[in-house]
Amino acid sequence: MKSGLFGFLFAMWGLIIVGGGIIVTLLGPISISGFGDLDWFIASVIKAIIAVILVVVWILILSKLKNFIFKKEINL
Amino acid sequence: MIDLLIPAIISCIIAFLVVYVMTPPLIKILEKRNFAVKDMNKKEDVMVVRPGGPAIIAGIIASEIVLYVFLQMNEILAIIITTTAAFLIGYVDDRKVMGGWFKPVALAVAAIPIIALGAYDSDLAFPLFGTVQIPALYLALIIFMIPITGNTINSIDVLNGVASGFMVIASFSLSICLFIIQNYEIAIVSLPLGFVSLAFYKYHKIPSKIFPGDSGALTLGAMYGSIAIVGGVEIIAAVALLPAVINSFLFLSSVKRIVEHREIKGKPVDHTDDFRLKATNDRKAPVTLVRLILAGGPMSEKQVGFAIFKLAIFSGVLAVITAFMMGVTL
Repeated sequence: MKSGLFGFLFAMWGLIIVGGGIIVTLLGPISISGFGDLDWFIASVIKAIIAVILVVVWILILSKLKNFIFKKEINL
Repeated sequence: MIDLLIPAIISCIIAFLVVYVMTPPLIKILEKRNFAVKDMNKKEDVMVVRPGGPAIIAGIIASEIVLYVFLQMNEILAIIITTTAAFLIGYVDDRKVMGGWFKPVALAVAAIPIIALGAYDSDLAFPLFGTVQIPALYLALIIFMIPITGNTINSIDVLNGVASGFMVIASFSLSICLFIIQNYEIAIVSLPLGFVSLAFYKYHKIPSKIFPGDSGALTLGAMYGSIAIVGGVEIIAAVALLPAVINSFLFLSSVKRIVEHREIKGKPVDHTDDFRLKATNDRKAPVTLVRLILAGGPMSEKQVGFAIFKLAIFSGVLAVITAFMMGVTL
């Protein structure tokens, strides 16, 4: 049981590291031009949408992982 | 670095002593006023006073004011104001039953001083991959961070000594990480949180003489979140807090809505005849960290507490590894 929890912690940590890499790679280079003062705002909206999608994907993966590691315990 | 040593030592001593000295009279005052609740995990009818928040916030304010006198940093002011606001929000919830949305919304408002005082850097740093500039998105992150850390610590405050003991491990891990990434000033600003938690743990450990209450737990959580933001160590702070994050995640993913613990119908944990804790088979009950720890069989309250501390130490080690990884770019 406890090893399952340690494994889940380690998996969460791994997901944070990988997720960070995806965020830097995807969001970092995004810049918009041609809209004048609205450039930063439009770029921020696009970054926000991508970030929310990534968070949702992260939660879904975590949820699947939780069900896999704690299959027996969750159906107590 | 050397010139920071004296304020660091003085603030740590003050943080520890204020809570250590102030908590016993606070316990007496709360006993006189009959501000006590039943300790549900004891066989006998044991009443424990709450909240311990006033002693905790006194220790934090006193030590951080000393640091402000020496360092004159806006970051310290932001931490003091946000943490005090979180204490007041928790105190209102201690005195009056508020709805499930009250704390998250009020704590989001409590984060505004960090923005108003400009005590943040909008570059989000990740290990191995460097930083990403997200000026507008970072403001949203600040607004979300304080309610998340506040409620996360509050949600793990389920057994004697767990919230304060967990904060000792998580906050000292965060301080070590701040030293590793050479953010010495914020590292010193973060140290009083560990010493305040350590002093309170003396009275909160099993058998508890006082509970922190919402005011205590939200104060500790909000200060932790504030340090993460002003220190630019959001990712490292999240890693050190992972066991508590898992608890909140398991709870929310099984309940599927933001709800107060008292509104939950099912009972995740019950007692054996010798009053050890055991996981229930109640399918309506939320899945929690304690319930998963107990899935292997009944344990005493002390054993469950130590199991959580072991997870916190493991996360602390992962946080330190993450801090070292911050200096490496692929």
